Formats: sequence, structure tokens, C-alpha cells
Amino acid sequence: MDIPDKDLLAPGHRGCAGCGASIAVKLALNTLGKNTVAISATGCLEVMTTPYPETSWEVPFIHVAFENSGAVASGVESALRIQGKDDVNVVAFGGDGGTVDIGLQSLSGAMERGHNMLYICYDNEAYMNTGIQRSGATPYGASTTTSPKGTASFGEDKPKKNMPMIMAAHGIPYVATASIAYPEDYVKKVKKAAETKGPAYIHLQQPCTTGWGFPSEKTIEMGRLAVETGSWILYEIDQGNFEITYRPEERRPVKDYLSTQKRFRHLNEEHIEKIQKYVDAECKELGL
Amino acid sequence: MVSIGCVIKTPGNSKNNKTGSWRTFKPILDKEKCIDCDNCIIFCPDSSVNKQHDIDYDYCKGCGICANECPSDAIKMVKE
Repeated sequence: MDIPDKDLLAPGHRGCAGCGASIAVKLALNTLGKNTVAISATGCLEVMTTPYPETSWEVPFIHVAFENSGAVASGVESALRIQGKDDVNVVAFGGDGGTVDIGLQSLSGAMERGHNMLYICYDNEAYMNTGIQRSGATPYGASTTTSPKGTASFGEDKPKKNMPMIMAAHGIPYVATASIAYPEDYVKKVKKAAETKGPAYIHLQQPCTTGWGFPSEKTIEMGRLAVETGSWILYEIDQGNFEITYRPEERRPVKDYLSTQKRFRHLNEEHIEKIQKYVDAECKELGL
Repeated sequence: MVSIGCVIKTPGNSKNNKTGSWRTFKPILDKEKCIDCDNCIIFCPDSSVNKQHDIDYDYCKGCGICANECPSDAIKMVKE
């Protein structure tokens, strides 16, 4: 993998030790290069990288509200196009809350209108910045502060919203899933998305040490476990052609992934079996 | 004094904030053991490992990802 002399996300940001979001953004920006305008919805990323009057961004950056990063990115792309600046990458980042819940309508509109932009959802599977509240992307069984484990609740009682497939249903030219634990696969997809004319969407799983409850050095290991157990599947849909981009040699039991995180540690055998069945069905459907 | 639109005109000035002070454990690299896989560079959340694999202790928060992802066990985490 090409290592740049200087990262386009500067250090000094306030991300937790072992933060996956900064790895995600650093790799994306380094791939897209300096000729990029970045937009970010409210979320961990915006809070940790731009505590006024400081910024970690080495490219033009706009922070917008939770619900409108799709709309603002559309506007930026249109303004650049009108000025004849066709060679500028427009990339919007949103967390799972800003993407699958609050920002969904403006993102859907942007995709529908066919703007030449890339949207990257860094999915840490809950609202981590505000204190680990559940989002539409929180997986079944996970304990969060609004779906807590206890006598009356076993954690999140609904499965994760299938956001990449919702994006694919828009008929856009490029949709992919990725993981920070597989940087080569991720960077390749960012490159492909940038070269695509029209809207592209990447859904990136990004383990969160604080919200998931694992030691800070395990961020990448956790992402790898998610993929090795089939809990997170790496694929792309390029011009409508679906392809799995990474196949684990042998799929490990989902328990290996769940038992290493505090948010799942309360689950009993029955719940784990249910999750295993859910993962098996998903893998079968996608041909993993 | 807040600028109009809260615009920040100095890219990357978060470097003013030396996050190295957060650290409890410090990564120490044994260059003899290093096989140049670059995992420590790629996975560092704080851009604290340069191309020559020198660790920048001004910003390293001591998360330990580099040590955990090192295939040749060349990085040890040592208490500050």
C-alpha cells in the first residue's frame, strides 16, 4: 500500500486512544488526495477533529448538521461542476446515526439526483459521541444506554438496518461495504468510488473501543473478527454487478466475535444461537 | 473572537494539541525485528509513525494498536 509523506488528517485530534474513525478517514483522504472537499455530518468525527479554533483537516472541510450532509455535498458538487471544476473529489462522511437514521432522507435525495460524489458511512453501530445510544445500525443483542441489558431487556431487540442494500436499491453505480481491518480492500474501493461517474456509497464497519467495550489495542482485531465470523461481509456492487471481495477461509463461530465485547457479554446461549442463525442466513443470501 | 461562519483558516492546526500527554503505555520499536510491513503506519489512529517507522511521542496516545498488529512482535508497550 502507498504510504504518503504526510497524512491529510493531522494528529492532535481528540479521538479516543485506539479510535477507528480516524483510521477510516485518514486512509480515505490519503487515497483521494489533496484535491478533495470533505463534508461531515455531526458525530464523533466532527467533534473530535474540529474543536474550534482547531482542525485536523488538511483539505477543505465543512461541518453540517446531522440531517443534511447529503444535501450539502450535493450543493458543493453542483457548485464545482458549474464552475467547470470537474476534477475535485467530493466526499461526505457520516456516522451510522447521521446516515441510517437522521441523514437518510437527504442522502437518499442526493443519490437519486445522481450527484458525482462519494458518501462514506463510518459505522460504529451506535451514537457513540453522545453516550452510546442505539441507532438503526445497532446489531441485535447489543447493550447500549438506550437498549440496556438488565432484567427487563436483553439489549437491542431489532436486527441491524441493511443500509448498503438500501443504497443499492437507489440504482447508483457503486455501492460497497468495507472494514478498517482490511485497508487494502477499503482503499481499492475508495479509489473505484472516486473514479465512478455519479454517486458512490461505501459502508465501512469501524469498531469502537469505548462503545463496544474492548481494549484500545484491539480495534483492528475486532474488525477482523467481524469479517472472519461473517458478521460483517465485504462486497461491492459495481454497475449492478455484485461481488464478494473477501472470503474467510473458514467462517468462525459468531461467539468468538461476541464474547470479546462488553456490549454482547450478557447474551445467553439462546441469544447467541439466534445471532448465529441470523448471520448464517445473511451469508447464505449473499453467497459467502 | 469567533470568525464569521466559524471558519478555521489554518489547516491541520490541531497539531497544537500534543495528545502524547494522554499516554500510559509507550510503544518501543525494535528496528532489528521490523520487517517493513507498515502495519503500524497504516493502522495508527494518530498518524504517529512516519515512513522510517519513527514513533512521534508528541501525539501517540499509547493505544497499542501498532504493537497488537505487528506480525514480527517488534513493538513492545512499556509503562511510562
